[in-house]
Amino acid sequence: MTEFVRSLRLWFAPQRIREEGETPDYRFSLANERTFLAWIRTALALIGGGFAVDQFLPDLAWGVRAGMALGLLAAGVLCALRAVNHWVRCERAMRRGDDLPVTRFPTVLSLVVAVVAVAMVVVVLFDWEGTG
Amino acid sequence: MTGRPATPGPGSSSGPGSTPVPARDPGLQPERTRLAWRRTTLACTVVAVLAAKQAVHDEISAAGVIATALCVLVWLGFLRVAHHRIQAVVSTARPAPMSVRAAMTATACTIALAGFAVAIVV
Repeated sequence: MTEFVRSLRLWFAPQRIREEGETPDYRFSLANERTFLAWIRTALALIGGGFAVDQFLPDLAWGVRAGMALGLLAAGVLCALRAVNHWVRCERAMRRGDDLPVTRFPTVLSLVVAVVAVAMVVVVLFDWEGTG
Repeated sequence: MTGRPATPGPGSSSGPGSTPVPARDPGLQPERTRLAWRRTTLACTVVAVLAAKQAVHDEISAAGVIATALCVLVWLGFLRVAHHRIQAVVSTARPAPMSVRAAMTATACTIALAGFAVAIVV
């Protein structure tokens, strides 16, 4: 938890990251940046999925539709926040020469996506018509 | 743009002193980073178009027009960050790391689009 608070402080005082350690090889920084961008794309895809659920499944009951859309959107927001947090932590670890931070976020996200996908299959198979 | 000769700019001074800077990174790291920004911009465009379409879905109202304008604004913000970063990456042989502000702006644009979606769904 203190680790999270410290990275949070780094978000709002970005110059502090340059004070620590030494600048790593530019290729490592660029690779870290591409990983960040890949996570941002994942977040954008989840958010796009939230829009799509809301837009292209008008026959669903409002509760089901809104629940799925909000779940996807929340996952997208989490993903974006985690992307910047992980990027900052990796950048700092590289400057200090520490090990890169490990995370179980990918596992959690895969499970969430799998659950939503199964839910969609069930909805489509049973043609869950809305009542309201 | 890929054929541009990479010149060691002022940002390359952080590298180890007098080692000669190669004309081009054999791993094409700057190009890959540039394309990653392009892909991300494309994804952002798709989401922004979905958002704008949703905003003016039913009837054209004042709220819909404002929402569309906000979508365009967010999209332009992301485009600006991506453009600056691509310029920084391809203009020097050893680009400096991305600034925290650029990362925060890209994240903020993503979250803003999600915020629009929540406002529309609820």
